[in-house]
Amino acid sequence: MMDASMLNLKPIALDIVCWSMLFALGGSMLVSVGLAQTQVETGQQLYRANCFACHGPDGDQVNGVNLRSGQFRHATTDDDLAHIIDNGIPGTGMPPTAMPEASRRALVAYLRSLHAATGTSTAVAGDAAHGQTIFEGKGGCLGCHRVGEKGSHTGPGLNGIGGRPADYLQKSILDPNETVAPQNRYVRAVKRDGTVVIGRRLNEDTHTIQLIDDKERLVSLDKSQLRELTIQKTSPMPSYQGKLSAQEVADLVAYLQTLR
Amino acid sequence: MRFIITLMAAAAATLPAQVTWDRLLHADREPQNWLTYSGTMASQRYSLLDQITPANAKNLELKWVFQARSLEKFETTPLVIDGIMYLTEAPNHIYAVDAKTGRSFWDYQYNPSKDARVCCGSVNRGLAVLGDTLFMGAIDGHLMALDAKSGRVLWNIEVGDPKLGYSITHAPLVVKDKVLVGVAGGEYGIRGFIAAFDAKTGKEDWKFYTVAGPEDPKAQATWAKDSWQHGGAPAWLTGSYDPDLNLVYWGTGNPGPDWNGDDRDGDNLYSDSAVALDADTGKIKWHFQFTPHDEYDYDAVQIPVLVDGEWNGTPRKMMLWANRNGFYYVLDRQTGKFLTGSAYAKVTWATGLDEAGRPMRAPNMSPTKEGTLIYPNLFGATNWYSPSYSPRTHLFYVPSWQESNMNMAKIPVQYAPGQRYTGGLPRGQNTRRGNRNTPDESQAYGAVVAIDPKTGKHQWEFKMSDVTNSGVLTTATDLLFVGGKEGYFYALNAKDGSLLWKSILGGSVESGPMTYRVDGKQYVTISAGHTMFTFGLKE
Repeated sequence: MMDASMLNLKPIALDIVCWSMLFALGGSMLVSVGLAQTQVETGQQLYRANCFACHGPDGDQVNGVNLRSGQFRHATTDDDLAHIIDNGIPGTGMPPTAMPEASRRALVAYLRSLHAATGTSTAVAGDAAHGQTIFEGKGGCLGCHRVGEKGSHTGPGLNGIGGRPADYLQKSILDPNETVAPQNRYVRAVKRDGTVVIGRRLNEDTHTIQLIDDKERLVSLDKSQLRELTIQKTSPMPSYQGKLSAQEVADLVAYLQTLR
Repeated sequence: MRFIITLMAAAAATLPAQVTWDRLLHADREPQNWLTYSGTMASQRYSLLDQITPANAKNLELKWVFQARSLEKFETTPLVIDGIMYLTEAPNHIYAVDAKTGRSFWDYQYNPSKDARVCCGSVNRGLAVLGDTLFMGAIDGHLMALDAKSGRVLWNIEVGDPKLGYSITHAPLVVKDKVLVGVAGGEYGIRGFIAAFDAKTGKEDWKFYTVAGPEDPKAQATWAKDSWQHGGAPAWLTGSYDPDLNLVYWGTGNPGPDWNGDDRDGDNLYSDSAVALDADTGKIKWHFQFTPHDEYDYDAVQIPVLVDGEWNGTPRKMMLWANRNGFYYVLDRQTGKFLTGSAYAKVTWATGLDEAGRPMRAPNMSPTKEGTLIYPNLFGATNWYSPSYSPRTHLFYVPSWQESNMNMAKIPVQYAPGQRYTGGLPRGQNTRRGNRNTPDESQAYGAVVAIDPKTGKHQWEFKMSDVTNSGVLTTATDLLFVGGKEGYFYALNAKDGSLLWKSILGGSVESGPMTYRVDGKQYVTISAGHTMFTFGLKE
């Protein structure tokens, strides 16, 4: 039975921004201390407070790391995961985070639940090698995406995308608007002199916006110097519905699943 | 739809200019950028930018600030490439920010191994760039390459074992298609070296040991018995490069144990030296040792400043070096020959330099068990802080500590892997500590000294009450920028040292100033305390 002491988050540095995000995200978050909740729900709160900033809402915002995949480069057991939370991973960007043992266990339970929630394979089995050919050829994916040292920075990088569930990957190919994540939104800005700048948003504040443009340049714009600024909610990625056969899509998905 | 077509079409368009080796070699052709740690391969830390002048420097105002979360010393010199600034927050956290506003594009935090050992702070002095790749050395002895557009790590190798005290704190140097680093760890009994790695793969191309061993028997003989095995001689600052001679120049640090030379009789090559290495093979072409058999911790870890000029009426390729040991030197950088040198601060461990530039040791100046009073102190008359040379004034500007001393006691020491191996105890120093100062004549003070390299004369001195760990920047309008431990940041007239402008930054300046231009406006950037400040002219 969980009690209030399990929610002892004092040892953890709570970022005010994270808490604001917590409220903004809504959902079924239990914010008041003292209510009984499952270990996974506790873990989700801890994730939002401690891990969200780097790993993102879906656990795949760190290059090469997908917390939904159920597979971890430096861990196999729950104890391994708990050890990593406590000690970080030296030689990488993962820092140690102090928290009570019970909190750590709750966080591990939440991470495990992410993988359990992922979908199963598509109806058609895919050939990853052929998928790579499509990715680098007919699909034109390298025109916007980057894998390893190939491709463009204009779109989100796909290293580590392999941990996503197959149905998500398939949907991204056939109906990109459904799956575009808020952190990957595109921007169309028109400067006072009429110059149009388009690119993927990296950062935005009250007065400025930073993006990587269609020529892979890092660009910072002063909002007060813009005639227009639109944050696109739709994805600039074309839909491949009707352009690739079901088998080709399955092959592509199989290839993407190898990118870990 | 139009958006999609534009994006797809753009993919086939030309990519923005990468930082090629040619651009690095001719960095002075693009003064609006700062492409390498010292500005150019000649390391004069002199900028051709001319918008900020002695006349308008009083109109400098703060434009933006970057606050580090790290409480370690902020030693970085940022790079600016086409409007993007790349900086490191100590120890190993890279930020790519807009150079006009400081707003972030991406950041990457490397988490060094818990085995990392440092002597003097978990710090980092900056990055190097080649193509679209950034390079960073880490305090756990790792070297890594990152995609400059996204911060993604491309490769990460171990250069030296952190458990034995190897670490990297300086900005790497790119030469042609290689990235060069030296290792820190002189207080841990390492065997120092400088190495070159393939920029694309991280594969080691060559390695030069700064402590001579069996591969260099004549120099190895300058170490008694096996003392070379833990001889130190770290190389923890960025070197320079001469493309005509194809030589890489680097400064090496003190031999170990720092203050107990009993078990390492001999000159201890190549500690406390300037070494000239073939850029392609790493083979040593010449060396000049500033402090043979050093017992004072006088690392010759300074920036080699390359100057082409005349010596006695004939053209000469020279190197200017204000050493930690209190002497400044002019060397021929083709041969290593000593041209001239003299003390620029109070020196008591030596009475002067002989005709070959070798110090003449004063009697009874070795550290003893009871303690010996020595000038300058272990931090030196200068240290790693960047000096500057102005080809307009022909003066060599050195951020110095004047009148510093130490009471150095020698203690017995045994080597143990990863443990301090220094053999000494400073029993007292005359530099200040604490939040408030009550200066008097017995204490060391900071000064920018403007040395005429040909004569050693101090054309002028800008004195500060407390010492300075700041680098110096000069510009084509005869401006000089420098800061100090008290947290002031100054613009001086490089011709006469007069004060034109100052700002109170509230923390010790522990890095070198740099300058760049974006959208027609010139900026000057410096770190103090845990914050990086960028100044520009009032509009």
